[in-house]
Amino acid sequence: MPKDGGIGASSKRREDVRFLTGVGNYTDDINIHGQAYVFFLRSDMAHGTINSVDTSAAAGMPGVVQIFTGADFEAVGSIPCGWQVTDKHGEVMQEPRHPVLAHGKVRHVGEPIAAVVAETLEQARDAAEAIELDISELPAVVDMKEALKDGAAKVHDDLNNNLCYDWGFVEENKAATDAAFEAAAHVTTLELVNNRLVANPMEPRVAVGEYARGTDEHTLYTTSQNPHVIRLLMGAFVLGIPEHKLRVVAPDVGGGFGTKIFHYQEEAFCTFAAKACNRPVKWTSSRSEAFVSDAHGRDHVTKIELALDGDNNFTALRTETYANMGAYLSTFAPSVPTWLHGTLMAGNYKTPLIYVNVKAVFTNTVPVDAYRGAGRPEATFQLERVVDKAARELGVDPVALRRQNFITEFPYATPVAVEYDTGDYHATMDKLESMIDRDGFAARRAESEKNGKLRGLGVNCYIEACGIAPSNLVGQLGARAGLYESATVRVNATGGLVVMTGSHSHGQGHETSFAQVVAEMIGIDENMVEIVHGDTSKVPMGMGTYGSRSLAVGGSAMVRATEKIINKAKKIASHLLEASEGDIELKDGAFSVAGTDKSVAWGDVTLAAYVPHNYPLEDIEPGLEETAFYDPSNFTYPSGAYACEVEVDPETGKVTIERFAAADDFGNIVNPMIVTGQVHGGLAQGIGQALLENCSYDENGQLLSASYMDYAMPRADDLPMFDVDHSCQTPCTHNPLGVKGCGEAGAIGSPPSVVNAVVDALQSAGKDVTHIDMPLSPDRVWAAMQ
Amino acid sequence: MYNFEFEKPETVADAVAALAPEDAQALGGGQTLIPTLKQRLASPTTLVSLKGIAEMQGVCKGDDGSICIGGATNHATVAAEAGDYPALAETAAHIGDPAVRNRGTIGGSLANNDPSACYPAAALASGATIVTNSREIAADDYFQGMFTTALEDGEIVTEVRFPVPEKANYQKFVQPASRFALVGVFVAKYSDGVRVAITGASNDGVFRWAEAEAALTANFAPEALDGLSLSGDDMISDLHGTGAYRAHLCNVITKRAVTAAA
Ligand SMILES: Cc1cc2nc3c(=O)[nH]c(=O)nc-3n(C[C@H](O)[C@H](O)[C@H](O)COP(=O)(O)OP(=O)(O)OC[C@H]3O[C@@H](n4cnc5c(N)ncnc54)[C@H](O)[C@@H]3O)c2cc1C
Repeated sequence: MPKDGGIGASSKRREDVRFLTGVGNYTDDINIHGQAYVFFLRSDMAHGTINSVDTSAAAGMPGVVQIFTGADFEAVGSIPCGWQVTDKHGEVMQEPRHPVLAHGKVRHVGEPIAAVVAETLEQARDAAEAIELDISELPAVVDMKEALKDGAAKVHDDLNNNLCYDWGFVEENKAATDAAFEAAAHVTTLELVNNRLVANPMEPRVAVGEYARGTDEHTLYTTSQNPHVIRLLMGAFVLGIPEHKLRVVAPDVGGGFGTKIFHYQEEAFCTFAAKACNRPVKWTSSRSEAFVSDAHGRDHVTKIELALDGDNNFTALRTETYANMGAYLSTFAPSVPTWLHGTLMAGNYKTPLIYVNVKAVFTNTVPVDAYRGAGRPEATFQLERVVDKAARELGVDPVALRRQNFITEFPYATPVAVEYDTGDYHATMDKLESMIDRDGFAARRAESEKNGKLRGLGVNCYIEACGIAPSNLVGQLGARAGLYESATVRVNATGGLVVMTGSHSHGQGHETSFAQVVAEMIGIDENMVEIVHGDTSKVPMGMGTYGSRSLAVGGSAMVRATEKIINKAKKIASHLLEASEGDIELKDGAFSVAGTDKSVAWGDVTLAAYVPHNYPLEDIEPGLEETAFYDPSNFTYPSGAYACEVEVDPETGKVTIERFAAADDFGNIVNPMIVTGQVHGGLAQGIGQALLENCSYDENGQLLSASYMDYAMPRADDLPMFDVDHSCQTPCTHNPLGVKGCGEAGAIGSPPSVVNAVVDALQSAGKDVTHIDMPLSPDRVWAAMQ
Repeated sequence: MYNFEFEKPETVADAVAALAPEDAQALGGGQTLIPTLKQRLASPTTLVSLKGIAEMQGVCKGDDGSICIGGATNHATVAAEAGDYPALAETAAHIGDPAVRNRGTIGGSLANNDPSACYPAAALASGATIVTNSREIAADDYFQGMFTTALEDGEIVTEVRFPVPEKANYQKFVQPASRFALVGVFVAKYSDGVRVAITGASNDGVFRWAEAEAALTANFAPEALDGLSLSGDDMISDLHGTGAYRAHLCNVITKRAVTAAA
């Protein structure tokens, strides 16, 4: 029986009422009396030396308040990077300065050079056109392998070269891994590209800076996934504003997908300029600006090798990856190809030896950072492609080869430093096989062939590490932040609750699902629980939402705080009921004395806490508000098995997805409908990467796919009806909810099954095609067949 | 966008007068021009909207049986009302999305002559007549390469006349991002021969494929195209496909159009 409330119920998303009726409050909806507008003059050159930026004519233009250039920010800090990777020689990565406005050089198309603050946006834009730039173009560094050659132009003159770091993982395993390859019965090798993507959240980025002269307080309204992190990074490292004088608000946010995690120059600029101009300053990104200023995702070039013994057991895995950092280090960029990628290379398999090498490279392109899945899709894609290729080379069933090598005992310590707490990979594969009618595939293929089409079936598994992350561990790995979460639960006198969480919802439905958890714990109606997030002045601290961490970490903090509330409420109830605390039970919103019919309602207890007439004042304080910080002891490890069935038109190369099935293990589930929605969205993005999305630069560093005319986003009619199941549940063993996280799975798990399916289709027609780089656009598929 | 004056005349004559100054520009549905203005890539001093001109609106039948479409008629109206020329109505029904179809006009599309647009193929394959405020131009003379037409400055497309063929079909193989034609082929069979016009493929914009026309005039069947090919050398080569791929598609898509029409 489906529940109609609490944990496990598909409660309707309460936030959708305001989103769908146009009464949400997005950052661009915020307009402050007296606000001025900023227009950023951005570089149209990928690489050049700035000889001069002459603003004298522009400064006199109508409406101009003030014009800023890189020189105005010389005394201001660098946009910081939040993760320091140590390379295979024990050296820390090369870390360039990242100015708010370009100074000395421009390093990518879209980099802001000057900022005009004016009464209206049009006036700011007019004045920006009157700024005279003298920039000498330099050769652009675009291709990663070229960038590392001797004599290549340097993106940053003060660094040794364009290599950010050369990371080896686990370096101690390298010799043994190489030896295993020497001894292997079979080695499968695959070279591939994980294509660069533009996140394209529906809401472009916006920042509004405000300064109160009377109190010296700064406020930044911004489209962020983690306002407290922005407060810390921008306040402490860029502008030197103490946290008690800086408030950051991220109100309703229309999608993030990772690209709104990072601290961006525009945020620092608006905060800085609000004080400098003594006016609120607002910036709203245009879609065109978003393409050249939002951090991009993926962009790895990889060679992967899999060694097998004579019985088809995986004996070793070796990879070499070039990871594009772009021109500067975005907030979490260095961690993505390393700790979020190398640690996942075991996948679902008990490969005993693994060695991962990653070279992170600076290029004259937009910075690259986490995008839905962040490192884990890159790991999954190469691993599941090479396993599939191995199966084809060996002439064995790709599902059987996977099953043979599955990890089956938990906890399982991988050779890449993580320990999976639970999982059941056969169970999700069984479930998948029950969903996809493999037996009927031959008939469906024959039917397609009758219509002149090729049909292919691709299957893959995935594992991800979510619930990011144990602070002490990530500290050792180079994180410059902790990755706990906080929650404050405030119970009002009349029994309603306000939960202030450091997680941030930008489409995930936290306001609904978090309320379900708290309501279930107390046994009250969900509508008595309000979830507050996204404002540093309301929530004590927060590390934000990304890495499928919100319920696993933020939800756990909320559980801990609610437990404290319940404990205190029991004390009050025991006083009211004149019974011993140990005998008090909480059920369905009432406290009762075990074995009796004596009880007191939740609301009477909360009232007593705030009207403490009959109250144990000598033992406990009045009031009912508790805060908890939760720091996870491990990552969580969602896993699953996906299948994609495609039809390929051999005449045009067009791929159509006919069927798509996903069997996921997310541990316990709070709201199945929301989980299904998260998987659907992830699948759409993963299929978008596999078939459509292609962020491409030319050799001069010009972005070729700089608008929707050339950058193909997935649309509803590009996608099939999804068959999604999450009934396989091995609860996480180390967080109180037993949840693992579901936000990224679809994007991680789907690209390999699409490519596997297309390769299967082409091989069925006798084509000697073992791989096609994403996106599998018609021209690429057709070319591969020629 | 830069500031501009806005005029909305009610007659062609007033529109012509309003367009006389050098920096004045006609505005149809704005589906091409407005994005250009927003990016500040054009700076007309005056925009002259053609949407208020009653004589440029709607679909009707000419005395010779041809379908006459007012130059300011939007795509949705053509899709709904050009049923006497089903392939033309179908073409209009698949331009862009509903918003585009309810704003964009046939005159704007033909004046713009985007190398990947659909109407140019329909007009050229149909041997349509482009009627302007001052003359009638045969489609064969009208299209002069990418974004280039026979129109003079300030000349307005007031009507387009399409002779109705015996059989016709338009097949659009879409560019995945824009969903304009990567290669679009309009095939029209008239009593005196077959015309084939291809959009999306060539660096010179929409063109007629003479060899295919001859073969199809002899035998209006897809097999007639076996062995025929175009060179990819002068075809568009971009992110979405090479010239060779487009040349290949020209054959495949033409066959599909013939199959659908036959
Ligand atoms: C999202 C999107 C998708 C689209 N998809 C397609 C597609 O699949 N296929 C396709 O063919 N097109 C497509 N289009 C283009 C669309 O059909 C436009 O409507 C068309 O290209 C321009 O028509 P318009 O009336 O909007 O012209 P406008 O944008 O108003 O004007 C375009 C140009 O024509 C001039 N002009 C306008 N009307 C006249 C006239 N009567 N006489 C002389 N000059 C005139 C203007 O001065 C301007 O130079 C798409 C557009 C968008 C925005």
